[in-house]
Amino acid sequence: MQEDLFIEETSADTTQGPAFELKGSSFTLPILRLLSSDLASIERGLSDHLAKNASFFENAPFVVDVEHLSERGWDVDFSLLCELMRSKNIVPVGVRGANQEQQASAINAGMAVLTGGALQSLTVCEPAPLLPPTISYQFATKVIDQPVRSGQQIYARDADLVILGSVSGGAEVIADGSIHIYGALRGRALAGASGSENTRIFAQILEPELVSVAGNYQIFEERLPESIHGKAGQVYLFENKLSFLPIGR
Amino acid sequence: MKEIRLSKVIVVTSGKGGVGKTTTSASVATGLAMLGHKTVVIDFDVGLRNLDLIMGCERRVVYDFVNVINEEASLKQALIKDKAHDQLFILPASQTRDKDAFTKEGVGRVMNELRDSFDYIVCDSPAGIEKGAIMALYYADEALVVTNPEVSSVRDSDRILGILAAKSKRAEDGVEPIKEHLVITRYAPARVESGEMLSLEDIQELLGINLIGVIPESESVLQASNAGVPVIRDDTSISGQAYQDLIARFLGEEKPMRFLDVEKRGILKRIFGA
Repeated sequence: MQEDLFIEETSADTTQGPAFELKGSSFTLPILRLLSSDLASIERGLSDHLAKNASFFENAPFVVDVEHLSERGWDVDFSLLCELMRSKNIVPVGVRGANQEQQASAINAGMAVLTGGALQSLTVCEPAPLLPPTISYQFATKVIDQPVRSGQQIYARDADLVILGSVSGGAEVIADGSIHIYGALRGRALAGASGSENTRIFAQILEPELVSVAGNYQIFEERLPESIHGKAGQVYLFENKLSFLPIGR
Repeated sequence: MKEIRLSKVIVVTSGKGGVGKTTTSASVATGLAMLGHKTVVIDFDVGLRNLDLIMGCERRVVYDFVNVINEEASLKQALIKDKAHDQLFILPASQTRDKDAFTKEGVGRVMNELRDSFDYIVCDSPAGIEKGAIMALYYADEALVVTNPEVSSVRDSDRILGILAAKSKRAEDGVEPIKEHLVITRYAPARVESGEMLSLEDIQELLGINLIGVIPESESVLQASNAGVPVIRDDTSISGQAYQDLIARFLGEEKPMRFLDVEKRGILKRIFGA
């Protein structure tokens, strides 16, 4: 979703009242996320993609996401890119994820600079085969089909761990990958035990004694906050801090 | 031709001490025998034997379980026939040995021999998770996990449930796991209501196993123990009735749980007691 301001023209009557109102609204805009700076391969990709959805995208406004390129220090010629997009009957309205140079160049090409906004669905322009897609991790899965009782310890080496039951107080479940508990977590759960920060802990009832993701742990002498205690939730690492989020609200 | 018996080994266990394992073992064994099932109850608490006292046969102990394991006596010599029920036998523990007397092979041999002639073999486990307790549960087909409505007892029961699932013969052989039943003893509705004790729902949620009986706290249990008569034989005792219900449920009958609500004590009851 991109937040936009737009100007709504009121009646053509010039004798009374203001000429316009300023209002805020939000629109869902398709995002063209560039994975390559090679205009030729972008052109090919666009042609293919738009051919399938020609009427849907006709004169549709697009935001160009260049984060992938700016992270790698790759340049884009925005005026050529805009020309290319218009030639395909889509309208480049703004850019996001640009570095300062790219922002200046985009403004010159008549684009707006957008900040923020969460990616929902991506229109991915197939890149020239330069980089493999990012894979956070790949683990096997270890499944425990009974509850984990007090005093028991389960370790899933190089694997995700799925528990079909509850993890009691005084029990400990550890995985190099993520941990999924189809029951209550009342004991300890340690995901990413060998350091994978992308791992998470999921439980249908969160009442843990301790949780840890990639060595960042937290002990709960008291209950979790009311908003999450006893609820279905997940634990993950966000900016090196453990975060708790309910599931399925 | 030998009659084929589908005998069942039932372990009565808890982890924690003093929660009512021996009381439950005595009443369960007696209850099964009262309904005509040939039953033996074995005391695994070597060195601290109590079952013979609660069964009222302490003066008739000559040989014990350890003698049989060490082949110093035959089963026939060691088994004590109950005075009231001819279908009920007691295999007492040794008061003088220690738990190292148990070996898997020795206990297994005795179990096999008992399976030939009994319908039910009730194993009264000692407290703790050491050798005696492990041996008591090792050969079990079903388990009665005795729990009091308090957190430490629930925690220890949880620990024992983990051991049942991991260290029993059934677990080692990878066959159908031990069938676990929850028995809540010393349940005092008034103290649950005031929040001093965990409720049935709390305990069930924490342990997640099927509840087979709730035995209310009652003075009659202590009196029965001192008299050497299992409380299940006391029809006037609510604890005795609750054990009778438990046996019926164990044998497959549907029975609602009783004695769960706070009793409104009338003036007569206050004077004469329940």
